[in-house]
Amino acid sequence: MSYVRPTFRHPELPKNKLGYTIDYYEGSLSTLCAGCGHDSISAGVIQACYEMNIEPHRLAKLSGIGCSSKTPAYFLSNSHGFNSVHGRMPSVATGANMANRDLIYLGVSGDGDTASIGMGQFVHVIRRNLNMLYIVMNNGCYGLTKGQDSATADEGSKNKTGQVNLFESIDLASLAIELGATFVAQSFSGDKTQLIPLIKAGLKHPGFAFINVISPCVTFNNNVGSTKSYDFVREHIEATATVDFVPQMQEISVEYGKGSHKQVKMHDGSILDLHKLSEDWDPLSRQSAMNAVLNAKTKNEILTGLLYVNPDSQDLHHLLQTSDKPLNTLKKSDLCPGSKALEEINAGLR
Amino acid sequence: MKPTNIKDPEYFHKVVDCQYACPAHTPVPEYIRLIAAGDYTGAYMINWDSNVFPGVLGRTCDRPCEPACRRGRVDEEPVAICRLKRVAADNADKDDVKNLMPKGPFKSNGKKVALIGGGPASLTVARDLAPLGYELHLFDEQKKGGGFMRSQIPSFRLPETVLDQEVNYILDLGIHSHFNHYVKSMKDEVLSKDYDAVFVGTGAPRGRDLPDLPGRKEGAANIHLGINWLASVAFEHTTKVGKKVIVLGGGNTAMDCCRTARRLGGTQVKVVVRSPFAEMKASPWEKEDAAHEDIPIIDNHVPKTFVVENGVLKGMTFEKVTAVYEGGKRKLVPVGGDDVFIEADDVLIAVGQENSFPWIERDLGIEFDKWEMPTVNEKTFVSTNPKVFFGGDAAWGPKNVITAVAHGHQAAVSINNFCNGIDLNKRLDPMVNLVSQKMGIHEWSYDSEVASDERYVVPQADKKVTLSNRKKEVELGFDRLTGFKEAERCLNCDVQTVFTETKCIECDACMDVCPTACITFTENAEEENDLRSKLKMPATNKTQDLYVSDVLPTKRVMIKDENVCLHCGLCAERCPTAAWDMQKFFYNVTKTHTGCQKS
Repeated sequence: MSYVRPTFRHPELPKNKLGYTIDYYEGSLSTLCAGCGHDSISAGVIQACYEMNIEPHRLAKLSGIGCSSKTPAYFLSNSHGFNSVHGRMPSVATGANMANRDLIYLGVSGDGDTASIGMGQFVHVIRRNLNMLYIVMNNGCYGLTKGQDSATADEGSKNKTGQVNLFESIDLASLAIELGATFVAQSFSGDKTQLIPLIKAGLKHPGFAFINVISPCVTFNNNVGSTKSYDFVREHIEATATVDFVPQMQEISVEYGKGSHKQVKMHDGSILDLHKLSEDWDPLSRQSAMNAVLNAKTKNEILTGLLYVNPDSQDLHHLLQTSDKPLNTLKKSDLCPGSKALEEINAGLR
Repeated sequence: MKPTNIKDPEYFHKVVDCQYACPAHTPVPEYIRLIAAGDYTGAYMINWDSNVFPGVLGRTCDRPCEPACRRGRVDEEPVAICRLKRVAADNADKDDVKNLMPKGPFKSNGKKVALIGGGPASLTVARDLAPLGYELHLFDEQKKGGGFMRSQIPSFRLPETVLDQEVNYILDLGIHSHFNHYVKSMKDEVLSKDYDAVFVGTGAPRGRDLPDLPGRKEGAANIHLGINWLASVAFEHTTKVGKKVIVLGGGNTAMDCCRTARRLGGTQVKVVVRSPFAEMKASPWEKEDAAHEDIPIIDNHVPKTFVVENGVLKGMTFEKVTAVYEGGKRKLVPVGGDDVFIEADDVLIAVGQENSFPWIERDLGIEFDKWEMPTVNEKTFVSTNPKVFFGGDAAWGPKNVITAVAHGHQAAVSINNFCNGIDLNKRLDPMVNLVSQKMGIHEWSYDSEVASDERYVVPQADKKVTLSNRKKEVELGFDRLTGFKEAERCLNCDVQTVFTETKCIECDACMDVCPTACITFTENAEEENDLRSKLKMPATNKTQDLYVSDVLPTKRVMIKDENVCLHCGLCAERCPTAAWDMQKFFYNVTKTHTGCQKS
């Protein structure tokens, strides 16, 4: 009987630039069902943060309620964390980000936490372009309450009890593009080679980055007839392009043929290297992204990869012209600059 | 790479590093689990079946298992396998053990076999053949059985009572022992008699000398051959030694000599060895034990002369050298300067030993090579005379007890085949079993949790006491609780990770949870080296196999690097479809009484 992970690791684990091996980014052992897609996404987050040399104490992970929202316990034990009320993670993230703009914010939510109870919060955090990465672990069902259809279950999808979903699903990626999100991607928990570069790019993006990850529920929604099972997703998956995240200062070594290759420069100089681009898709155009999603839908395909990015995104702090310094670092002298400063302000208002 | 054939028992056998490294292939994890469960008798019997002398080996084995132990690749030190064996031997219920053993008298099969030499190889042959009804005649020049285990391993490492008990377990099976009987002629005393087969287990009885060193003859009264001297001490012909003693040599015999000398009155005992300290043949722990008894080891000194004045040995001179390596070969090059003089009242020469067969006539169809070594088949142990078999040190020169036992088992199989007119190469397959350990969710029938404890140190008796009494055993052995804790360090490598590709849904859960990054799902490659380099953690230890599955639906394969797998079972616990299962693999090497008949 083991809920305990052994303390031994591979003796040759490489260290990242900070001198940490990957186990420094681990969390406690998952208590989700064996084979849950969410665990793969957690592993992707661990890998991405390790490779990006993120100091764990510089990252805050936030979540709501649900299977997905349990996952922050299973990665980055050395980071800050906040498990909020159901569907209210965006509010808490907004507050935290406003108070301390220096941290990296990673929000984790599920289809219930985002598309049902948290929908009101979700749409507004997009509008505000809060600087965070928002990952939805989307399994199309309420796994924690025995697998009822969620708002993202596709119309016609069959659940484990054999019932067919009658309602149109909410497509979170199209919704995010529609509402003006500045970075939108879609991925699959079973494809880490795609997911990890997207997580890295999302963490680097200066503004609201959204990744909708199809993450099969092995216990309640991995049956024949479900559109979110491992088998169905693998059979219907299509990608806008293959994504490589190339950090700043690193040369791109691979060469691709013309026409199938595009680079998107991020604000910090790192590059999103896209190749094998699908036809008629431009990652910098919202319209083309919308079309691509709709086209895929009509063809019964699940479109993954980067859908849309605006490299010139300006986040909430920029829009509100807040203090450059995090609030918690402001000293008394910053907050009460003295009577002379007050006189100047008053003079300016006369 | 092609999918791994796990139906070949040798694949999983190799995963159990300790068992694979053991010459007798003792099922180590199996008996360690029994120790942890408090079933010392069961643990003893597993050992007894496989290595015949658990109490002896639990104290004196060369332990090839421990450097091989997987724990040593993830932790500082391997499991103390050898000393756990002693825990089993110390705590086994002697009456139960006796009851579990084969009990004579056995129904005679009318065959008669002579065993020359009473050491571990001969005794193993005797044990394996006795229950089959053979009439066994064992000859030894010493007054009791045990061979070198008795004459060369000092009592402070192996109490006589322990040896007597385990030798007697075998002799009590109805062996006709002829002690104090030196066989002078193979022709007259053995082959001309009515034996159906003969086993030669006479060891490597001749100690190497340094006959050409100046002063060797003049100082002869105080210059002794190590193994003869140890035997003389064991049989109490020698009871004291000079205050200043030089021991020449860097092997385990040298360590036994110097420590024995400390107990017989040697106050300034020094070991002098030609090679660098790190390259000495002695086991590291034996060197430590010598150091603990205040015996300096002086390395890089080549003996030059015995200094004898007025017919009395005064000491020795040595030339200082340094080791130079050219093309993988070592050369000892003099560093110049004056020779070093070291005082000595007695010198013990322990620079090796060799085989010697003056009693075997050369016209018996037993072929000897130019080094006077018999030609012996490596698998069947038969000599060029189909009736005569060799094993132990007698076959290929000095090794160790566990190797002699392993030889004995195989020679016994051959002798049994020979006496029944069966081709010697027609041997049964090893007995194997592979059984799931699943009891429920998160529940296995083995203790899958990996203990983080560091290796426990075996307590020793007070040096004041042990140095004043040659027979006082130095090591006290683990008590039961420490034995349990040490047993818990075992990684249960015999509980195998078995993968069924048809059940796998490629959710990556096993890959994500594996604490030591052993599992990778990737595209296959033709060359093993290519595959090794593209794993999640490159598989750099090429002595360890890759477990490769057949092609999965996404055209990838599962590859597991066996190297640092902790056998913690997390891959199987996190597998939603039981594509991974933990299955206990039991492998029992073919002996006269075990083996699988292919149907």
